[in-house]
Amino acid sequence: MSPAAEKDYAVQMRGISKYFGAFCALNNVQLSVEKGSIHALLGENGAGKSTLMNILYGLYQADTGEIIINGQRENIKNPNTAIKLGIGMVHQHFMLVEPFTVTQNIMLGMEKTRFGGIMDEAATRVEVQELSQRYGLYIDPDAKVEDISVGMQQRVEILKALYRGAEILILDEPTAVLTPQEIGELIHIMRKLAEDGKTIIIITHKLGEIKQSADYCTIIRRGVYIDTVDVQQVDETQLASMMVGREVKLTVQKEAAHPGPAVLDIQDLTVEDSRGIDRVRKLSLQVHAGEILGIAGIDGNGQKELIEAIMNMVPAKTGKILVQGKEIQNHAPADTLDAGVSTIPEDRHKHGLVLDFTVAENFVIENFKKVPYSSRGILNLKEIRSHADELIEKFDVRPAGCAPNPVRGLSGGNQQKLIIAREVDNNPHVLIAVQPTRGLDVGAIEYVHKALIEARDQGKAVLLVSLELDEIMDVSDRIAVIYNGTIVDILEAAGADENHIGLLMAGGKKE
Amino acid sequence: MKQIEKALRRPITGIFISIFMGLIVGAVVLAIAGYNPVAAYGAMLRGVFSKPKYMVQVLIRCTPLILTGLSISFAFKTGMFNIGAEGQAIIGMVTAVVVGYCVPLPPGIHFIVVAVASMTAAALWGAAVGLLKSRFGIHEVISGIMLNWIALYLNNYMIGMAWLKKPQTEASYEVLESSWIVMLQNWKTSTAGREWLLDGSHPILSDVLIKTDLNYGIFIAIAAAAVIWFILNRTTKGYEMRAVGAGSEAARFAGIRVDRNIVQSLAIAGALAGLAGAIVITGAMPHRITTLTAQPGYGFDGISVALMANTSPLGVIASALLFSGLQYGGSAIQAELGAPSEIINIVIGTIIFFIAMSGAFKMLADYLEKRRGRTDVQ
Ligand SMILES: Nc1ncnc2c1ncn2[C@@H]1O[C@H](COP(=O)(O)OP(=O)(O)O)[C@@H](O)[C@H]1O
Ligand SMILES: [Mg+2]
Repeated sequence: MSPAAEKDYAVQMRGISKYFGAFCALNNVQLSVEKGSIHALLGENGAGKSTLMNILYGLYQADTGEIIINGQRENIKNPNTAIKLGIGMVHQHFMLVEPFTVTQNIMLGMEKTRFGGIMDEAATRVEVQELSQRYGLYIDPDAKVEDISVGMQQRVEILKALYRGAEILILDEPTAVLTPQEIGELIHIMRKLAEDGKTIIIITHKLGEIKQSADYCTIIRRGVYIDTVDVQQVDETQLASMMVGREVKLTVQKEAAHPGPAVLDIQDLTVEDSRGIDRVRKLSLQVHAGEILGIAGIDGNGQKELIEAIMNMVPAKTGKILVQGKEIQNHAPADTLDAGVSTIPEDRHKHGLVLDFTVAENFVIENFKKVPYSSRGILNLKEIRSHADELIEKFDVRPAGCAPNPVRGLSGGNQQKLIIAREVDNNPHVLIAVQPTRGLDVGAIEYVHKALIEARDQGKAVLLVSLELDEIMDVSDRIAVIYNGTIVDILEAAGADENHIGLLMAGGKKE
Repeated sequence: MKQIEKALRRPITGIFISIFMGLIVGAVVLAIAGYNPVAAYGAMLRGVFSKPKYMVQVLIRCTPLILTGLSISFAFKTGMFNIGAEGQAIIGMVTAVVVGYCVPLPPGIHFIVVAVASMTAAALWGAAVGLLKSRFGIHEVISGIMLNWIALYLNNYMIGMAWLKKPQTEASYEVLESSWIVMLQNWKTSTAGREWLLDGSHPILSDVLIKTDLNYGIFIAIAAAAVIWFILNRTTKGYEMRAVGAGSEAARFAGIRVDRNIVQSLAIAGALAGLAGAIVITGAMPHRITTLTAQPGYGFDGISVALMANTSPLGVIASALLFSGLQYGGSAIQAELGAPSEIINIVIGTIIFFIAMSGAFKMLADYLEKRRGRTDVQ
C-alpha cells in the first residue's frame, strides 16, 4: 500500500480474517485510520464491526492479517498490549464498578501509591479533573457511578481510557444509549479530542451522526470490506446503500390507505397499575381494517398498560375492548390471540422470544398445539422444521438455515424479523407493534416498516406504538396522541405538524 | 489441537473430566489420610465387579435414584428445583405399603395398582408445592422442605396405626408377596427352583437370584426415563413446560398458562418420586416402612444424580449407576482398608463441583483457540 508512506496512519489493519468455528465473521478486511482523524466504522448489525475492533484491542486474535500501529507492525496479544500501544476502547456495555466513585473507577488497576503502598486517591482526582477540563468531559469525580446517568458513565469510560494514555480511542456504538442532547455533547467532545491529536474510531449505524462527526467512514457488510469514503463527499442515502448493499429508501414509501370498518374498538377503557393508580383513563380508540394507527406519546403515558390490557396481560378495570365486535377484555392471553390479535412486543428478549429455544421452536410458540405442528399432543418436528425454513426464507431471516440454532445467537435485527414473520404469519385481524425498530439499523428498520405497510395493504388493522415521533409520522395513516392515559387528539398523518403533535404529547391544549 | 477444543465444548467431556477430577481429589485425600489410593480404588472396583451379586446390588440401589433423579431433572427443565422429591418418595413408600398390605390382588395387577396409587399420592404431594408457588408465590424450595418433614412424620404416624404396625417392631407389616416385583420370586422359592439353583451347576445364577432381590424395577426406571425424554422433547406438553422453564414471560405472552404448567410439572415430578418409593417397597427387602428418624435420602441423592447428569433425562440412568456404584464400592474401602467410606462422598461432591463449573472447560477451549489464532497470525 503506497499511500501509507505519504499519509500518517495511526492504525492500519490489512487482510484481517476471523472465523468463529466455521462461520466467517471477517473476510480479508482492511482499515486505515489517519492520525488525528475521526473515523467511522459503518455496517449493519452483525457486519463484524465489533469483532474487528475487538481484534484491534487484543480481545480476539485474527486468523490472518497484520496490524500496524503508528507505522510499526504489532502483535496485539491482549488488551494490556493494546493499552501499552496507546489504544483505548469504550465498549457498548460499560465495565464500571457501580458502588465505586468516578475517581476510584478511573484509577482501578492503575492506582497511584505513596510511601510504597498507600493509595493516593487525591493525586488521581487532580489528574482526572485536569483531563475532564481539557476535553469538556465534565463529571463529578466524587459521585458514585451507580448514581450518575448513562451519558455520564460513558464519560467515565472515556476518561478511563484517556487516563491510561490512550492516543487511539475506539468507541463501540457510543450513541446507542444516549439522549439526543447527550449525543450532541459527545460529538463535541470527540471533536476536541481530535483537535488535540487523538485518533478516534467510532462504530455506529446511525448515518446522521457520521455526517455530523466523522472525517472518514469505512463500510463493512457481512464481514467484507466495501469502501472507505470521505464523509464530505457522500450523502446519507449513498452511505445507507453501501451499508445494506442495495438501494435504501430512508423515507417510507406507501400508497394511500383504504380503511375499512373498525376492527379493534376500545371503549372507555380504564387500566390500573400494580399500585392501583389509573394509567389508562376512559380511553376510547378505533383502529380500522387497512390503516396504520400510530400512537404518539412520551414514555409512561399509559401506552404500556393499554397494550397489556389488549393482550390480556393485565385486567381492564372498566370499559370494553372489542375485536370484530367480540369483547375480549378480562380474558386469558390466549383468547386475545384466538380473537385474531398478534403483537410484536416491545421487549424482544423477555416477551417475544425464548432465547434458549431454537429458531424453529420459537416460530411455533403460539401455534404448537395446532395441526400440522402437532397432533394429539405429539409434536411433528418435521412440520415445525419446514415451517421455520419456509418463514426464514420468505422473511429473509439470517443466517439462512438457522432453524436449528438457538435464537440467542441471532443478531437483534434478525430476532425481530423472526417475531415479525411469526406474527404476520398468524394472519391476524389486528397487528400491534410496540417500538418495533428499537435498536435496529437502517436496513432492518426499512424492512420492519415495509412489513407493517404490507400488513396494512392486506387489510389488517395495524396499531403502532412508538416513542420515536419520526417513525409515527412516517409510517402511520392516522396519529392518536396519548397523554396521561387518554387520547387527547387524533389527526390525519398527511400534513400533520410535528411541533403541534409535540405540544400535544407534552400536555399542551389542542387548538 | 482443534479436536481438543471441540471435545472440550461438548457437555459429555465436561462430565468425564469431572468424574476424573473427583477420583483424583479422592485419591489425594486418601493419601493425606495415610491410605494407599491405588489399593483403595482397587478395593472399590473389586467391591463392585468381583461378583455378579455385587453388580446386581448396585442395580437395585440405583433404581429409585434413576427415578428421583428424573424427578429433579424434569422439574429443572420447567425451571423449578424439586427439593421435595424426598418427601414425595416417602409418600410413595407409605402409599405402597398401605395398598400392598391391605388390598389383596393377583400378582402383576397388584403391583400396577400399588404403583398407580403411589404415583397419584406423590403427584398430589408435588402438585401442592406447585399450587403454593403459583397461587401464593411461595418458593418451591421452602414449601418442598416443609412437605418433606410432613411426609416423614406422616410415615411415622402411619406406623403408629394398630392395623399397620407389626407388633414388637418399629415398622409396618410387609406388603403381600403378590405385589412384589422380585424376579422369579415364585420359582426361586419353590422346591424345584431351589434344587436347581443349589445343585452347584449354576453358580452365577444361584448367587444372583438367591442372595439378592434382583427385580424388574430397573426396567421400569429405564422406561420412565425414555417416557420423560419423549414427553419433554416430542410432546406439546413438554414443549410448553420447557418454554415456561426457559422463558416464562415469553411463554405467558404467547398464551401459555404458566401457573398451570408449574403445577403439572411438579405433579409429574412427584409421580416419578412416588414411583421410586413404590419400587423400593415392592422390589427389595424389607418390603415395609420403618419409623424414620432422618430423611431416607432418595430425593436428596436424586439431586446429586440429576446434577451429575446435567439434568438430561437419559443421562440420569448413567449417573445413577455411577452414583450407586461409587457408594456401594465405597463401602468396600472401609471393609478392606479401614479407610472411612465417607471418602466417596468427597469424590461425589467433587464431581458435582466440577460439573457445576463446566463452563470452565469451555473457557479452556476459548483459550486454546485464542492461542492457536495467535500463532496463525505470526
Ligand atoms: N464470540 C463469538 N462467537 C461466535 N460468533 C460471534 C462471536 N462474536 C461475534 N460473532 C458473530 O460474528 C458476527 C459479527 O458480529 P459483531 O462483530 O458483533 O457485529 P457488529 O457489526 O454488529 O458489531 C455476527 O454474526 C455474530 O453473531
Ligand atoms: Mg457490535
